[in-house]
Amino acid sequence: MSDVVEKTLTALPSLLSLDSQPGSAKLSSTSKLGNLVRGITELTSKHEEEKLIQRELASIKEQVSSPNTSMRQMKELMVRAIYCEMLGYEASFSYIHAIKLAQQGTALEKRVGYLAVSLFLNESHELLLLLVNTVLKDLQSTNLIEVCMALTVVSQMFPKDMIPAILPLVEEKLNHQKEIIRRKAVLALYKFYLIAPNQVQHIHNKFRKALCDKDPGVMTASLHIYLQMIQENPEGYKDLTASFVTILKQVVGGKLPMDFNYHSVPAPWLQIQLLRILSALGKNDQSTSEIMYDVLDESLRRAEMNHNITYAILYECVKCIYTIHPKSDLLEKAAKCIGNFVLSPKINLKYLGLKALTYVVQQDPKLALQHQMTIIECLDHPDLIIKRETLELLFRITNAQNVTVIVEKMLDFLRVSTDDYTTIDLVGKVAELAEKYAPDNEWFIETMNTVFSVGGDMMQPDIPNSFLKLLSEGFDSVEEDRKLRLFAVDSYVSLLQGEPGKLPQRFLQVISWVLGEYSHLRAELQPSTVMRLLSKLLDTKNTSSETKTWVLMTMTKLCEGAAGVSVAQEVSEAYSSSLDTVLRQRAQELQHLSQDSELRARVVPRDAGLEPLEVDSSLSFLDGFVSEALAAGAAPYKPPHQRQEELAQAKALSLEPYGLSLPISISSCSIADRQSPTLLSMSSGLSGDSTDLSHKGGSTTLKLDGVKRVWGKEGYLAQREPVEETAQVEVPSPFRSPSQQAEADSSHSQTPTPVPTPEPTQERQQLASSLFVGLSSQSSVCLMGKSESAPQRFKRKAKSPSSSSGASEQISNSLVSAPSTVDNLLCDNLLDANISSELAVSSPTQTSRLSQSLTTANGTCDVELTNTKGSNPSLIRDISVAVAADSTPHEDPDKPKDLCLSSHLPAELSGFSHSEITPLCSNQSLDLSACHVQQKDSLVLVVFIYNSSYSDIQQILLELDSDDLEVSGVCGSPVQEVGSQSVAVCQYSLSVKRPSVHVEVGGMVSYQLPVGTPQSAQFSYRLPLTSFIRPLTLSTEEYGTMWLAFSHDTKQNLTLINAGHESLAATLNVLKKKLQLHIVEIIGLEGIVACRLLQDQPCLMHCRVHAGTLAVWLRSPVPDLPDCLMYYCQRALQEH
Amino acid sequence: MQFMLLFSRQGKLRLQKWYVPLSDKERKKISRDLVQTILARKPKMCSFLEWRDLKIVYKRYASLYFCCAVEDQDNELITLEIIHRYVELLDKYFGSVCELDIIFNFEKAYFILDEFLLGGEAQETSKKNVLKAIEQADLLQEMRSFLQPVWLSVSTSAPRPVSASVQIPIIPPIAVSRPG
Repeated sequence: MSDVVEKTLTALPSLLSLDSQPGSAKLSSTSKLGNLVRGITELTSKHEEEKLIQRELASIKEQVSSPNTSMRQMKELMVRAIYCEMLGYEASFSYIHAIKLAQQGTALEKRVGYLAVSLFLNESHELLLLLVNTVLKDLQSTNLIEVCMALTVVSQMFPKDMIPAILPLVEEKLNHQKEIIRRKAVLALYKFYLIAPNQVQHIHNKFRKALCDKDPGVMTASLHIYLQMIQENPEGYKDLTASFVTILKQVVGGKLPMDFNYHSVPAPWLQIQLLRILSALGKNDQSTSEIMYDVLDESLRRAEMNHNITYAILYECVKCIYTIHPKSDLLEKAAKCIGNFVLSPKINLKYLGLKALTYVVQQDPKLALQHQMTIIECLDHPDLIIKRETLELLFRITNAQNVTVIVEKMLDFLRVSTDDYTTIDLVGKVAELAEKYAPDNEWFIETMNTVFSVGGDMMQPDIPNSFLKLLSEGFDSVEEDRKLRLFAVDSYVSLLQGEPGKLPQRFLQVISWVLGEYSHLRAELQPSTVMRLLSKLLDTKNTSSETKTWVLMTMTKLCEGAAGVSVAQEVSEAYSSSLDTVLRQRAQELQHLSQDSELRARVVPRDAGLEPLEVDSSLSFLDGFVSEALAAGAAPYKPPHQRQEELAQAKALSLEPYGLSLPISISSCSIADRQSPTLLSMSSGLSGDSTDLSHKGGSTTLKLDGVKRVWGKEGYLAQREPVEETAQVEVPSPFRSPSQQAEADSSHSQTPTPVPTPEPTQERQQLASSLFVGLSSQSSVCLMGKSESAPQRFKRKAKSPSSSSGASEQISNSLVSAPSTVDNLLCDNLLDANISSELAVSSPTQTSRLSQSLTTANGTCDVELTNTKGSNPSLIRDISVAVAADSTPHEDPDKPKDLCLSSHLPAELSGFSHSEITPLCSNQSLDLSACHVQQKDSLVLVVFIYNSSYSDIQQILLELDSDDLEVSGVCGSPVQEVGSQSVAVCQYSLSVKRPSVHVEVGGMVSYQLPVGTPQSAQFSYRLPLTSFIRPLTLSTEEYGTMWLAFSHDTKQNLTLINAGHESLAATLNVLKKKLQLHIVEIIGLEGIVACRLLQDQPCLMHCRVHAGTLAVWLRSPVPDLPDCLMYYCQRALQEH
Repeated sequence: MQFMLLFSRQGKLRLQKWYVPLSDKERKKISRDLVQTILARKPKMCSFLEWRDLKIVYKRYASLYFCCAVEDQDNELITLEIIHRYVELLDKYFGSVCELDIIFNFEKAYFILDEFLLGGEAQETSKKNVLKAIEQADLLQEMRSFLQPVWLSVSTSAPRPVSASVQIPIIPPIAVSRPG
């Protein structure tokens, strides 16, 4: 009672003042929150604040748990709890009450409850499960506000596993009469798509409906889903391009209601979203790009007002124009636009200009030239973020001629940067550039020294690894190798003589490894001198025990002569009692090997680093031991999953939760698979008894990439020739950068704020000429493209020479035969881009992407030509992959029809049903088609190769590859040649590696015409997972035991086919017929069904009729299989 | 968008909305780091920041900083305008909004944000529609409090504490019509 009185009293003054204070209505905060806020503002110290909040929290805690607290008071308490959490104090006791409030409160208390839940909890919080029922109830509410609240919270966070429970309700809301509900439902489905794409696969049609919604808000919301889906799979949505273009046209033309305008620009958010979608659709696709040229042009033209929002649209337009298939006049306009950004006095626009330039210089390095003076200015900009973006741009235009200047600028920045993330990123870039374009040995080593000292222990571990790999693998010239290593040794010795304590641990590790391997190259350098320098490191306090291990290993390599041995003895004595076991191990090794020089020479042979070594990852040297053990009665080894299944079957208990604790199979730790040598060094350090591995550990850790190694129980096995081709390095040609004095002046330019010099312009011009050298004229760009004149040192050859040669051959093809001038221009552009990518593009993957885009562009050219010719458009209509071939028009009137092809089906397959024969790819001499045949225990892919030319085609090589599928050839010998106008057939047996709704197999056919160059074409073939599903016959008991053993499952409610009492049987029969399932048994309202994915991966289904729907529960040992099958069941029942 | 923060010139958090699942500890660390970094920047500096692998877009309105984190490939300028549109919405709702309104009615500010951005994406960009949705929900509230006996309704207004910085409208009157 006193509480009420108190409240009334506190409320009184404000009620009285209500009339006199008209603006106060907006301050409708509860007085207790007001008191709290005011209380905090009056405090003077953090400590007082903490005390006050703790008191507040204690009182909230007491009140929320009191049974007398009404929901109304609870709402007010929640607001205060949120406030306390925002101040950084934990109020986790209130989480459960927030859920309760959302559940039990009336509409507006609910609103606060939902808000508190969405602020307190995150997606993975376990309490969120308690919210599911509330959401379910509110979704069914007749009160629109409650439905809105439920949808709002669902779009922000929802437990992934519970999506099926509310999905039908949310779907239903897509048809709601209120647009706000439809809009929120679309966004909820977007959220579901992000966290569990499999669950919403079946509602793609409804997304289309949302896209066509009469309300612009709903349509805009649906674009989020489309952008996501199109970025993942642009091929699937090409047909929508015209619709998106039309929408954008209408928006740009001002057809939307006025209130979507933002500062008199029509729906800018919508425009930007559409531009993003268009660039994803038009990427590498000429015909799709052509549809959007007009609207892009219009968008550029309309966006003329000088306001941030128009610039935001322009920026997106420019990005789109440079992403899609190029059109020269648009590119010109976009380039002009970028100029406006870069030259703008507004710093935000300048930043975006630089970002846009960075994006486009990969395609057009000359664009950077136009703005070189601005770029130079930005390099000296006081705002670090501008500087940083400029460096990013410079990184993209680096070539062998400007590398020294650019790297110097980057290092300058690194020296002042305090942000770890930037440092790590930039250090990686410097190392990459240094390795790619280093003009000479000294520069390379010195730059890497700076990288190691600045990057320190934060940098990516692959930087020191690849550096040491480079050093140890060497180049073709022995003399150059020697010089580089010698320089490194000299440089490191002088570093160690200085203040090595300040160097980062990683750098010390690199130093000690290099000295161990190569200090003997410097004849006048005594090993004992090096050892003394190193032993100083051991005594330094900051040296980590990992570094000490490296040092000890180096000493093992170096301990020669009396002086060396004595240092070794001293050190090994000190560490042989170390608490660190790895260190102790190394010390022991050092001790033994320093005394036995013969053994040492065998174990750590000098220059052994060059010999490729092999790791026997299958541990076959243990075979003898295993067979002995088996003979002595030991149980045979079973992999963990097998053991788990057997256990489960034996006890009929699910052991899922314990799965992780089972020992990991040794074979899964195969050393050869490891990418990071650091990991290996750890594992070698752990294997205490394998001495041979451990004392060469230092060298192994450094060059495992692509190198194999042999070791066995008798020490080193005979070293074999490497099976794999190791990365090769080209002969470096001596080259001196003209701007080397810039490097010498580093101390001058190191000052963070440059002092204004009397002749700043001249200095800048000089800088510009050194920065933009190599980009200035087309001829020099071409020059750089040729490998013989390229002064790139350390250049590694591409891993697969065949693919790159293929790409270049396609370029030449298109150059020779492209008939129209437009094509010529396009090809020139592309060729240009490809060549310049040699110098500007950072990584080989990007190069390959470029050449890929080239192939695609070329391919669409070809399709285009055939289309206009109109010889047989239906054959190529559905081709979704690019075909690379000559673009010479070639008249060929008679192409094979499906009917003719099916007669070529092998006799042994003709008895089975086969899918429709679909064309894969075609060009003037070859047509490829395929179908798949479902046999009882396998699925056969049949590829028909039809030679439409008038000459025989030879050396046909058909290669198939897939991420999802296992592909193996069925016929004995693959097809090699096909006579003129005839068909050859190849068969492949497919099985699923990783289930997904559709599985795809990609391939490439290459062949040789009697006259001319080798040709190739790519294709892909998609087939539904159901092709791999077969019935699985088993008894109810077997079903029961299997059910418990499977760990992956999914549940969903499906439509029941209405057939009176026989509904369940009718529904299951439909599924059986359409999906080839086996009905095990039907008992009353429940049914159990089984099937298998080829070959023998079972999937079990349990169905139950419940409230007019079919509750389906799928289980399988294979991940994703239940989800995919659920999708097909749903479709099968919908289609029925 | 990954998250949105509102904080005062003194570094006090006024609003936080996280669109990616992060632990409490991470949230605290991120907001502490960002508040520090942004407060240290000078007024004429770029509104964009690189922070870890994210882009931070921020803008100051009177005594309040609005700060959003987006991915690198996102459009920074449009994010800046998202902030501005949110400020416009607040301004329209509260009527010449100042920091104080947001402090005392932060739950309202959250409701408005939820109608404007949902799950990190712009939900409704029409100012009219957003405000309509909020008003409808509010209407429900007022009707209910009308039905309550007066002596039970918890007080409606509190006298504003007089502090100069928190009372400045966050959009100066001129800027509403033509912001720069």
